[in-house]
Amino acid sequence: MSDTVQAAGFALTADAIDPERLRAGLEHPSAGALATFEGRVRNHADGRSVRLLEYQVYPDLAQAEGERVVAEALDRFDIIAAHCTHRSGILPIGDMAVWVGVAAAHRGAAFDACRYIIDEIKRRLPIWKRETYAEGDSGWVNCQVDGAQQATSGGNDGAQ
Amino acid sequence: MTEPAGPREVRVSYFALLRDEAGCDEERVVTASATAGELYAELSDRYRFSLPPERLRVAVNAGFADWETALADGDLVVFIPPVAGG
Repeated sequence: MSDTVQAAGFALTADAIDPERLRAGLEHPSAGALATFEGRVRNHADGRSVRLLEYQVYPDLAQAEGERVVAEALDRFDIIAAHCTHRSGILPIGDMAVWVGVAAAHRGAAFDACRYIIDEIKRRLPIWKRETYAEGDSGWVNCQVDGAQQATSGGNDGAQ
Repeated sequence: MTEPAGPREVRVSYFALLRDEAGCDEERVVTASATAGELYAELSDRYRFSLPPERLRVAVNAGFADWETALADGDLVVFIPPVAGG
């Protein structure tokens, strides 16, 4: 991977993600493949109707861990460049919450690295998501406590 | 590395459910707790946190750390509830 492009591998933003600009940052003459993933706010979760999401981020640690994930992908896969941007704040249905792009000579490594990055981002970064439901109540995803009262919402009864 | 026996003052930042339950984003805590794990137990008693420590990670000074990490004056401690990015 001698011609690896040293782009900034990871970014956090409170503003709308611009995929065209991010894609342009991954252009490279030897890249025969560009795999991208866009994570968007969905209108349902666990059978409930979702109205909006709030992403809360611990910026210092999320930035460091995000850079680490992208560096790992550059190390493990035969790719040329990779980037991920993650949104914070309150997002309505359809907004892009996360963008991942990987440029590689061939599609296999591009797909694999793209999948690796989004999976690790979801698993490791200190980012939290509060769903607000159509009924007006809300809950932090993955923070439900079985059999205990929900201090934050009163609604989301332990669906994981 | 011997830690001073007396209380120390640390900063604690809260996120997500812990922020709601603590009722603040960040605070200074004077504590006799020697480790991050002891501090979580102490603050759990104070705020009735609903998440058991087994479901959390902890970061000290912006890096993931062990629950046994010894606390020093001025440390920034962040308890990490189950994450849900992406």
